[in-house]
Amino acid sequence: MRDATDTRRAAAYAHVTAEVTGIPLHYPRPRAWWLCFLPACGLLALFFTALGVLLWNGVGVWGLNIPVNWGFDIINYIWFLGIGHAGTLISAMLLLLNVHWRNSLNRFAEAMTLFAVVCAGLYPLMHLGRPWLFYWVAPYPNSMTLWPQFKSPLTWDFFAVLTYLTVSALFWYIGIVPDLAATRDRARSRLAQVLYGLGALGWRGSARHWARWGQAYRLTAAIAVPLVVSVHSEISLLLAAGPVPGWSSTVFPPYFVLGAAFSGFAVVSMIAVVLRGALGLQDLVRPLHLDMLGRLLLATGLMTAYGYAAEVFDALYGGEKPELSLLADRLTGPFAWSYWGAVIANFVPLQLLWWRGVRRHPLALFLIGFSAMVGMWCERFMLLATSLHHSWVPSSWRPYTPSFWEVALFAGMLGVFLVPFLLFVRFLPVISAFEVKEAMFEESEEKGGGHAGA
Amino acid sequence: MPERKAPLPPFGVMAEFDDAEHLVDAVKRARNAGFRRLDAYTPFPVADLTEALGIQDNRVPWLTLAGGVMGAAAGFGLQVWSNLDYPIPVGGRPLVAPPATLLITFELTVLGAVLSAILGMLVLNRLPRLHHPVFGVPDFHLASTDKFFLVILGEDARFGEAARFLSDLAPVRVVDVPQTEGPE
Repeated sequence: MRDATDTRRAAAYAHVTAEVTGIPLHYPRPRAWWLCFLPACGLLALFFTALGVLLWNGVGVWGLNIPVNWGFDIINYIWFLGIGHAGTLISAMLLLLNVHWRNSLNRFAEAMTLFAVVCAGLYPLMHLGRPWLFYWVAPYPNSMTLWPQFKSPLTWDFFAVLTYLTVSALFWYIGIVPDLAATRDRARSRLAQVLYGLGALGWRGSARHWARWGQAYRLTAAIAVPLVVSVHSEISLLLAAGPVPGWSSTVFPPYFVLGAAFSGFAVVSMIAVVLRGALGLQDLVRPLHLDMLGRLLLATGLMTAYGYAAEVFDALYGGEKPELSLLADRLTGPFAWSYWGAVIANFVPLQLLWWRGVRRHPLALFLIGFSAMVGMWCERFMLLATSLHHSWVPSSWRPYTPSFWEVALFAGMLGVFLVPFLLFVRFLPVISAFEVKEAMFEESEEKGGGHAGA
Repeated sequence: MPERKAPLPPFGVMAEFDDAEHLVDAVKRARNAGFRRLDAYTPFPVADLTEALGIQDNRVPWLTLAGGVMGAAAGFGLQVWSNLDYPIPVGGRPLVAPPATLLITFELTVLGAVLSAILGMLVLNRLPRLHHPVFGVPDFHLASTDKFFLVILGEDARFGEAARFLSDLAPVRVVDVPQTEGPE
């Protein structure tokens, strides 16, 4: 009953598992990893320093004042959270669409989501001024019998980010459990067996377990997609609820969501290129995957460009004086670099992705992704800084210069992202081996290799 | 092997297969032959297997729905109640303004649904359970890599014929799985 195809298929399954679980068990390039990890730890130390300075002195160490009272804190909050959304979209939306190539990308994209949401969530906490009182945002019975103002987008924010963090963490975790079990089963050292065993929760691949797991996984995915849309729409409402020119365009929620997906796909592309090179995963993250990421990047980028056009159109069509004045300020004022930086870095290199050869070229894709990531940061800066510093009446116009500690905290925040991400790359299966194998099995069945009735 | 005086009833008998189709085929044959207490172990979810084993358990989706409804009720109720408990009348706006409550209601719906889906899945699967009799089978570590296992459980009415039946399915091997702990 056993023929050559079966043997080849079994060998392919074993190869995928060995390749993926081999990374945490026998890390291929420890020196390169340390070369990344140590600078990341340096950034993390910078984060703690900047945090200490902030807590000791208060938010006065930042370059914020009235009217520009949202600076790097909220800019980076929106930027990090937006990056996070791509992981959920790749993982959840493409799972529901039953797209097989997703399986080589979803695990690290979800990890990216998780750590980006952590970075994002820290920013509003720190910007509270007295972060140790953050629990005041939560509705809890207190001796003052006070409740949060539920009609305020700031309270919506608390629920949106908390839910998003919990859901992305759980989704990522139940997705990694079967691969932790595979790592446990291949581990030789007792310590690794115990640690991966604890993480795997005693997963044994029972068909009954898989059936319930599949239900829970798909349901979570189905709920996670509208969750992403709601979270970033909520962030746009955070701005839109303020009476500030430039923040009241009706295109805001979709503009924010698509921009978020765009910046996130850019970072997923960068991570995919780096990981496949650094870990020798060329046979799992193939040119096909880079091609698909390039297409996603191009599509979401063009939709974001539409948002830019709609925003300008809105101001022109509305014809309100403050809106027109703000538009002129964005295009030519002191922060014009952020507007043109966003337009150029987001949309000019992007056009190269129309060519298949560019999409499949790792370095080109990495550079275009990097450009989009920077461009989207410029956009977030432009949206906040220009609107706030150029408010309704000229008498309230004030300049804004980010302070040293504001910039230092941002640089440090990159360490908050990189340190856990590098630990994830080093110690956990970065690719969903069991889903790759499932896709291989389904493809072989579709090809007519099935002889179940034998 | 720990010394046990009173022998426990066997957990089951296990057959190992090289690929998923043979396993699905074996499950179908076992069910046709009248075996009812079966389980299978695979490195990845095999859709046909759920059907072949006759698994029809929709408790996870129902739990998800229940969690979602409870989350929605909690989210909406919390906002309505607290707005009435501590009224903040601003600009003549209604104290209970449903549109303003919908975002938090939605977020808590999602939170309730996802928490109950995932925790419900773990509880129904009796996980975490770090030890299990099947882990004692020498080759079982391959169940997460590339091997496919079928178990006829000891509590099956026709367990006596199980080992012979499994050998006839041309598996890689057939192994007895002893019970390593008391009944659940």
